[in-house]
Amino acid sequence: MSAAEEIVTEAPAVEAVPKRAMTLGYGTSLVVLAALILIPLFVKNFIIFQMTMLLIYALAVMALNILTGGSGQFSLGQSAFYAVGAYTSAILMEHAGMNYALTLPIAGIVCFGFGFLFGQPALRLSGVYLALATFALATAMPQLLKLGYFEHWTGGVQGLVVTKPDAPFGLPLSQDMWLYYFTLAVSIAIYVASVNLLRSRSGRAFMAIRDNEIAASAMGVDVALYKTLAFGVSAGITGVAGGLGAIAVQFVAPDGYTIQLAISLFLGMVVGGVGWLPGSIVGSAFIIFVPNIAEGISKGLSGAVFGVLLFLVIFLVPHGARQVAIVAQQLAAKLKKN
Amino acid sequence: MELFANQVLAGIATGAIYACMALAVVMIYQAIDHLNFAQGEMAMFSTFVSWQLMQWGVPYWGAFVLTVAFSFAAGIVIERLLFKPLAKAPILTNVAGFIALYAIINSVAGLIWDFTIKQYPTPFGSSPFLGSQLISTHQAGMIGITLLMLLLLFFFFRFTRVGLAMRAAASLPESARLVGINTSWMIALGWGMASAIGSIAGMMIAPVVFLEPNMMLGVLIYGFAAAVLGGLTSPFGAVMGGFLVGIFENLVGTYIPGVGNELKLPIALALIIVVLVVKPAGLFGRAIVKRV
Repeated sequence: MSAAEEIVTEAPAVEAVPKRAMTLGYGTSLVVLAALILIPLFVKNFIIFQMTMLLIYALAVMALNILTGGSGQFSLGQSAFYAVGAYTSAILMEHAGMNYALTLPIAGIVCFGFGFLFGQPALRLSGVYLALATFALATAMPQLLKLGYFEHWTGGVQGLVVTKPDAPFGLPLSQDMWLYYFTLAVSIAIYVASVNLLRSRSGRAFMAIRDNEIAASAMGVDVALYKTLAFGVSAGITGVAGGLGAIAVQFVAPDGYTIQLAISLFLGMVVGGVGWLPGSIVGSAFIIFVPNIAEGISKGLSGAVFGVLLFLVIFLVPHGARQVAIVAQQLAAKLKKN
Repeated sequence: MELFANQVLAGIATGAIYACMALAVVMIYQAIDHLNFAQGEMAMFSTFVSWQLMQWGVPYWGAFVLTVAFSFAAGIVIERLLFKPLAKAPILTNVAGFIALYAIINSVAGLIWDFTIKQYPTPFGSSPFLGSQLISTHQAGMIGITLLMLLLLFFFFRFTRVGLAMRAAASLPESARLVGINTSWMIALGWGMASAIGSIAGMMIAPVVFLEPNMMLGVLIYGFAAAVLGGLTSPFGAVMGGFLVGIFENLVGTYIPGVGNELKLPIALALIIVVLVVKPAGLFGRAIVKRV
């Protein structure tokens, strides 16, 4: 309760990940990419749909990863940005009759603006306070979407139904498969852009702020600008993911974007490894499939099984999928030597 | 004017719920420097334990004492087993741990006692208090219990060796260790106390909101709002914050047109954000100065 606190005794909020450790090697990336392209050709439509959702959540998890792993800021409010993106896309498609592909950049820009503005008050907060403020945003969002004032646009509690697009140019693809490849293309573009962003001057500024804010500002980094920028970029990517999600699910409703979603995305990031972008897809798989597995093990206790699995991850591999990848790499190197 | 006075009184009555919860939130924040997102669920579980004891024929106050003791022990066990190994881990990992704990407790409680709403008895009765329709004897009793807890905490932290050691361990762990305080056990003690306070809060709240596994979600968010408003470093501030949030919520609902029940929660949350931005240390908290 004293007014001064020793900073040295504090564990860092987010551990420092060097920027080279943030991505996969070239060869591994190509293998993953090939798998993502080829698998849908051999599986049923429902599994293709699940893989689409996997990519969409991976995008959202990656957006959070840029914010937290990159610039060291927390957010338990990503579901709010996801909701804004989803509603932007849905409203543009249904009320303005716009092409689905064109709504995505607009959703991204709207969310970028929203995130940038929300980043302004968030500048004064850090650590647990920021988590709390974003938590508040996520809890308030469904209530705001239900408001009577916007009902004409948002459809109120009922939500909006979105039509699923057909494959263009008469391509012989089912709707699900077309949507999957469309999502894959968007995801790859955003992934490449994010990797480049983190390697750029701005990315280095993010990381400098994450590692030591005061030192960063002493080096001439505009802390306020880059912190809000990180929020904006993260929100923008989440918004695009939200728009894709609305198209894939064909439906938006306030209760689809509760705090539950924000918590899932947060867990996805922790499981995937904070600050390791490829881990996002592992984290996304965790949040999509593990609840199902938990339900399979025990219906009544699915929440408990989920919690226990989460604790196992935290205790056994505290750095998430990144740690697994590093161990695998070392093993491979050892095998090569022998 | 009478409407105003009545609304303030009704606000104090609901505020007592938030004050109870906020006290538990601040307690754990003092001990471990994190907000425990599973706090509400722990309180809910304790309340169910007391309900079960009463079903087995234990009288109210007997169940009350047993439950508080159980919660105290359970809090310490949870800390020793699950969170002590995470003490050096980043905050992120801890928050994930709280969420896992939340899921486990919620699901187990749902399995044992299922999700139907249950009546919960009150020791104070529910007749009007001093002839006022707005505040019942139970609510008055709840305010009394909250203030009593606050007083006991004040004396504990002010005048006992353990209380002093806990304060030392929370503010300067390194130095506290050098003078021979077992800081690790002080944290466990903090968990135990927070859990015990939470259980009292749960037993006081249950007659108002009814007993079910999800009863604490809304209350916990208001508890956070109250704790933030009063200042996360001050138990007194947390209680005052609870009453203020209750009053604020009622006045906004009465005087600002168009604010129905569905907007009450966003308003509490907007309050959190405004307070954090304008006065991050809260009304009664102390600003933390960091040495670099």
